[in-house]
Amino acid sequence: MKINPNLAVSESGFLFNPGTGESFTVNPTGAEIIRLLREGLSLEQVIDAFTEQFQVDRHTFEKDLHDFSGILKTYNLLEKDE
Amino acid sequence: MEKQKYERPHILRLETGMPGKFGMRNEPAPTTHIDGMAVSELAEKYGSPLFVLSEKTIRSVYRQAYKAFSTRYPKVQFAWSYKTNYLSAVCNIFHQEGSWAEVVSGFEYDKALANGVDPKKIIFNGPAKTREELLLATNNESLIHIDHLDELYLLIEVAEHADHRPRVAIRVNMDTGIYPMWDRFGFNYENGQAWDALNKIMHSGKLDLMGLHTHIGTFIMSANAYAVAATKLAELARLLQVKFNHKLKYIDLGGGFASKNTLKGSYLPGSDTNPSFNDYAEAISSALINSHFAPGELPMLILETGRALIDEAGYIISSVIANKRMSTGRRATIIDAGVNLLFTSFWYQHSITVAQGTSQYREDTSLYGPLCMNIDCIRDSINLPLLNPGDHLVIHQTGAYNLTQWMQFIHLRPKVVMIDEMGDAHIVRENEEMESITGLEKLPGHLSSIKA
Amino acid sequence: MSKPRYTIAVTGLNAIDSPGPGVAVIRGLREAVSFDVRIIGLAYESLEPGVYMDEVTDKTYLIPYPTAGTDILFDRLMYIHTQEKIDVIIPNFDAELYSFMKLENKLRDSGIRMFLPTFEQFEERHKVNLSEFGKKYKLDVPESIPVTDSYEIQKHIAALDFPMMVKGKWYDAFIAYNAEQARTYFNKIAAKWGLPVVLQKYVHGTEYNVTGLGDGNGNTIAAVPMRKQYITDKGKAWAGISIDDPKLLEITRRFVSETRWRGGFELEMMKSSDGKYYLMEINPRIPAWVYLAVGVGQNIPEALTLLALGQNPPAYDKYDVGKLFIRYSWDMIVDRSEFENFSVKGEL
Repeated sequence: MKINPNLAVSESGFLFNPGTGESFTVNPTGAEIIRLLREGLSLEQVIDAFTEQFQVDRHTFEKDLHDFSGILKTYNLLEKDE
Repeated sequence: MEKQKYERPHILRLETGMPGKFGMRNEPAPTTHIDGMAVSELAEKYGSPLFVLSEKTIRSVYRQAYKAFSTRYPKVQFAWSYKTNYLSAVCNIFHQEGSWAEVVSGFEYDKALANGVDPKKIIFNGPAKTREELLLATNNESLIHIDHLDELYLLIEVAEHADHRPRVAIRVNMDTGIYPMWDRFGFNYENGQAWDALNKIMHSGKLDLMGLHTHIGTFIMSANAYAVAATKLAELARLLQVKFNHKLKYIDLGGGFASKNTLKGSYLPGSDTNPSFNDYAEAISSALINSHFAPGELPMLILETGRALIDEAGYIISSVIANKRMSTGRRATIIDAGVNLLFTSFWYQHSITVAQGTSQYREDTSLYGPLCMNIDCIRDSINLPLLNPGDHLVIHQTGAYNLTQWMQFIHLRPKVVMIDEMGDAHIVRENEEMESITGLEKLPGHLSSIKA
Repeated sequence: MSKPRYTIAVTGLNAIDSPGPGVAVIRGLREAVSFDVRIIGLAYESLEPGVYMDEVTDKTYLIPYPTAGTDILFDRLMYIHTQEKIDVIIPNFDAELYSFMKLENKLRDSGIRMFLPTFEQFEERHKVNLSEFGKKYKLDVPESIPVTDSYEIQKHIAALDFPMMVKGKWYDAFIAYNAEQARTYFNKIAAKWGLPVVLQKYVHGTEYNVTGLGDGNGNTIAAVPMRKQYITDKGKAWAGISIDDPKLLEITRRFVSETRWRGGFELEMMKSSDGKYYLMEINPRIPAWVYLAVGVGQNIPEALTLLALGQNPPAYDKYDVGKLFIRYSWDMIVDRSEFENFSVKGEL
């Protein structure tokens, strides 16, 4: 899963898609996932990183990540060719 | 190194014209405690969902209401509306505070007797009283409010066999300028039915006419409607005085005061727009004081306020069962309290808060109850923090009607606890068990063996 | 002599195609001769243009919608007050007036003044009560009958005749030419805005508007009549001209003295073909075209501010006749970061 590389993410959690002109706000967890995905991590690696860093079990995070990536897809924030 | 606190990821598209929900926290603060008791501990100890009643709130709201009226009018008497909440613990708080009982069925009548209420202080309303019930109430010298002519004639008949003369009032319906007009109960004022019924009572010579009663509707947002009602009843009282030289003991303006809940579709919250006890009291007292009654001869003012006295004291503690996404991408949250417990969610936009601290992030979600029924929706749209399964929510202002109109449907009903003024919790109604329901059933013998 | 400087918070910054009055009010305040101002914008949405107009607002804060309740609104205003030391708030939306009226005493205790109509004035001028209002204050209003059931329409046909207006309690108005249409509109409006629905006698004529200011003691401090020259498809005046009509001014003064109106207002009047004036609607706030009044010599926002501060501004007694206002739209260029900042932090 690849995140759209053109996205502008600000410190305050504001996300702008220059391709579509849409703006979003993300919470810090969401911003962190987007950052890791932009670094090229796979979903598996994101899960590893998160369970390492946050107070969350693998099962819960997997479910939340799945939901979140679904929404990213709905909002066209992922790269098209996948 | 300690791990960071986790909140589930969340992204929100900024729609055109949408207020900056992230900048503005419009939601009320979390409700971590009710009367000093931690919500999480209550849920752990007594289970979830859980009805919680605050004795402190019941008493303080009652005292506010009583003060609003008694400072404006010389003789005020509240009568607790049993149908609003007839848990004995609730009724007896009101009776301790000095309320009479207002009942609308034989069942409620018996319940008031069982609670120890002096039968002379029970007001018997309702359109469906049986001959036996009328006889019992007559012998007990309770106050019987006649709803229709058939009941009036039946009561005249009952009077022949009773130990006492029935003490009665009639229920009057009228146009007070509010919509819809409730004209299915009692006798109409404008078309002369009410005056006609009063004449019949006076001429019968068998009934003691004690007062006049009206109940103009429910959730009345205009205090002025009560002034109109009081003025019309005062006029009937004047006519009785002129024609029969008969003085009434009381005028009963029924219930119908709005609580602070917000009706669905209202633009502004009920806490801002709904009249206060002072508003109602001012309207009613002024109307009666300015009527023909001589200063020393004002009749007792009876009020059967239910909803506005008890709504605020009731809470439902509920837990998140699951979060899901609808086909449209919309968030939905399922909680363990549904319309089976919260009948009033059909017309109120209940205030619902979380029971634990959260970040500033919010999402718009639909809140569904646990029933396998499409209508089981507590809020179509509510802005809530990012909830996880197991998190607690507190539904506010649920004290009126829910504990009488709740349904044993699909799920068994939960415990009801009351927190007393010292901050201790008491179970005032146990949760139902299988036996509570099946114990009433009888299975015909030929249906006892099955194949499945 | 140096002028005092007041901090004034203003809502209604949505200077869009159906504009809120905020920007016009602020222009009046900035041109006040008796004081200088620092303007605090209060916005409900992050795209209200006034938020980004540096020459209009000095600083803008997001505030919660009235639906959130007055407690939450009060908390937010108190937060802003600690930052800015507000002297006066001028609310400009119909929908928010009730909330601000409720808070008037509490805000005054905190040192914030407003100059709003009383609850009684606010309620009795309501569309649903217009007929009684006309009777009480001896003002000609089109006969209006609130109805709650479509079968009642038949009863009132004789009195109202066709065409008749069918109006919602809050919004929406249709012209019905027969009973069938009236019933259809009744049902449509009832479903959307609830009951009652108002049936109103249709008045043929020309529309005139007056904006003014009452001091609460029956005195008219300002009054400027205007005829709309160009109306948008939303019924808003896009251009208008100040006129000299003693009759309109007399009706306005009567309205103010009879009701002892407190605050700004707009009267929507209809002059029928036989020369009679009917009061069609009373808006309990300053209208979006108020800058015309400022431009012709009656600075209503300034006078309202002085009244709010407990001063007694002299009544304006003249204005320039035959001046036009022509509204125009104008595109600003705003950096994304400003929008981001306002959206995330709620202040800019």
